[in-house]
Amino acid sequence: MTDMSGNDERVKKMSGFRKALIRPELGGIIGTMAVFSFFLLFAFDSGMFSAQGVLNWSTVSAQFMIIAVGACLLMIAGEFDLSVGSMIGFAGMMIAIFGVVLAWPMWIAILVTFIICIAFGALNGYIVVRTGLPSFIVTLATLFILRGFTIFIPQTLESKTIIGGIREAAEGDWLAPLFGAKIGGPIFQWLGDNGWIGTFTSGNRAGQPVVDGIPMLIIWALFLVAVGHILLTRTRFGNWIFAAGGDAQAARYAGVPVDRVKILMFMFTAFCATVFAVCQVMEFGSAGADRGVLKEFEAIIAVVIGGALLTGGYGSVIGAALGALIFGVVQQGLFFANVESSLFRVFLGVILLLAVILNTYIRRLITGER
Amino acid sequence: MTSMMKKLMLTAAVVASPFMVSAQTSGDNLTYILVSHAPDSDSWWNTIKNGIALAGDQMGVTVEYRNPPTGDLADMARIIEQAAASQPDGIITTLADFEVLSGPIKAAVDQGIDVIIMNSGTPAQAAEVGALMYVGQPEYDAGQAAGQRAARDGVTSFLCVNHYISSPSSTERCQGFADGLGIELGNQMIDSGQDPAEIKNRVMAYLSANPDTDAVLTLGPTSADPTILAVKEMGIAGDIYFGTFDLGTEIVTAIKDGTIKWGIDQQPFLQAYLPVVVLANWDRYGVLPGNNINSGPGFVTADALTKVEEFAGEYR
Repeated sequence: MTDMSGNDERVKKMSGFRKALIRPELGGIIGTMAVFSFFLLFAFDSGMFSAQGVLNWSTVSAQFMIIAVGACLLMIAGEFDLSVGSMIGFAGMMIAIFGVVLAWPMWIAILVTFIICIAFGALNGYIVVRTGLPSFIVTLATLFILRGFTIFIPQTLESKTIIGGIREAAEGDWLAPLFGAKIGGPIFQWLGDNGWIGTFTSGNRAGQPVVDGIPMLIIWALFLVAVGHILLTRTRFGNWIFAAGGDAQAARYAGVPVDRVKILMFMFTAFCATVFAVCQVMEFGSAGADRGVLKEFEAIIAVVIGGALLTGGYGSVIGAALGALIFGVVQQGLFFANVESSLFRVFLGVILLLAVILNTYIRRLITGER
Repeated sequence: MTSMMKKLMLTAAVVASPFMVSAQTSGDNLTYILVSHAPDSDSWWNTIKNGIALAGDQMGVTVEYRNPPTGDLADMARIIEQAAASQPDGIITTLADFEVLSGPIKAAVDQGIDVIIMNSGTPAQAAEVGALMYVGQPEYDAGQAAGQRAARDGVTSFLCVNHYISSPSSTERCQGFADGLGIELGNQMIDSGQDPAEIKNRVMAYLSANPDTDAVLTLGPTSADPTILAVKEMGIAGDIYFGTFDLGTEIVTAIKDGTIKWGIDQQPFLQAYLPVVVLANWDRYGVLPGNNINSGPGFVTADALTKVEEFAGEYR
């Protein structure tokens, strides 16, 4: 793209430095460096940077990343989804109901759950674009509706709110390992045998490395970040997303199918939430009615730390991924640094505030907007 | 840009420095981490925090308390994994959901970390994950004992105010109470939520719709405090048979004035205090009690309330 702009009067000339500064992920990059420096200083010998510790905060960050990618694209398209957390609980519960209570094959349970959840996402989007109501309100309603069903359905069918046995039901299934498996086992075994990572000293897993593979959760996170980033920056559809969130009316005049873009983004957010839920129930083997509480805000926080504008039209998937990384590292790192756990929210608030101020400051400084 | 980053780092360091000093007084530097399933908002767990802090002081060991802020059990599993990665000498944890937590707990045990299960779970589950012991009050049994006591007092129907419906142990308490009474639980358990105003209004709505209800069972201060207000406002305080799990300042006052017949004390202080003592003596001298420890149930009635009142919400 840059080589075409050489003598095109429609393209404004800009120095490379300035270009680097107005990237939305700049704040995220600085924040990531600051957070890692901080924990390298204060928690270096606490086990945080051992293989096991790294896997711990990577997994937590990956969880945030999965929902942050969906929330990020949706926010750039100018809408919010507050039902993400409830959707996670609902999707997990649906898999348990279909796969365990109704004893369907697990791959059918997973596919049907995806279809139901994405349909709810589409419904969210359809109501928002049809009624013109703020997505904040529409998805707030979905938040309560889905959470209500997540408690009501298992209570009615099984008279309990946690349904287990999912791991056993998924045994031998062809689709389930895509969400619940760990990969790279032999490599970690080799690392453990050579003494580079810790091994179990007792019990029936003695001799095995404490980290026995990369969970699919992390692979999904990286995959979704890559797909989201390419979609947003390298495709026509990506431009439509920016346009729909920036100025919807202007975008319509320019021929952008704004409604379709928004509905698709709601569906993608629901898809991300469902991926999160499936990975979770496959790993832990049970679905609970309280899963995913407040995850919608964690997704939004990660996206905002990553430099996206709450008003839409501006943001980056890489930034959101970095925001998720910061969030995960801080959340788990504070435990490693032996900080009183009730102060976690204080730190979270401070980081959020600092990130938003920094992002706004940089953007005003560079773009000259007010 | 660099100056701004420096400033940011400096601020972060200054803000954080007071919390970074860990109290390592004893020579052998033993560290124990207690992981609970309770959300930040559950006030009952304050007693647990005070219990481990006191035990830590007395035994000269470092103790830490960790919990998932929203009470999400999947987050709790991550915290146990994190705790294991930081290589403490022992982990004291609740076993609120066996399926979710057994994996991380077993992994910690296999790494050579001593684990004691407290509060939630059963002695059998504790043995299965390879824990040293279980310290707590078996929930179903406690509910059943309470139900039998209520049955002797002539109760035939009840309302169970469940403020933590997603935890299986809460439901077991209600189920045990119903079985103790010898009746079906059915619709007598309501999901009250955590908000005091909502709990109060839901209790009032249920009791207005079902005026024949003999008894109310609450599962802790979170649901008991608003329920006390509800029965007082409805003018049935003292008439309706009111029992509760756990103690707190309001509950003790209500036991005293006759609103509440009894409180089931599972003595959380012991659930936090004893594991630290057991672990420290195990690590130092290799001595270990041969059995699980039942910290409850004990029924607290209007008699002998002085000690309870003095320390309610702190150590009781």
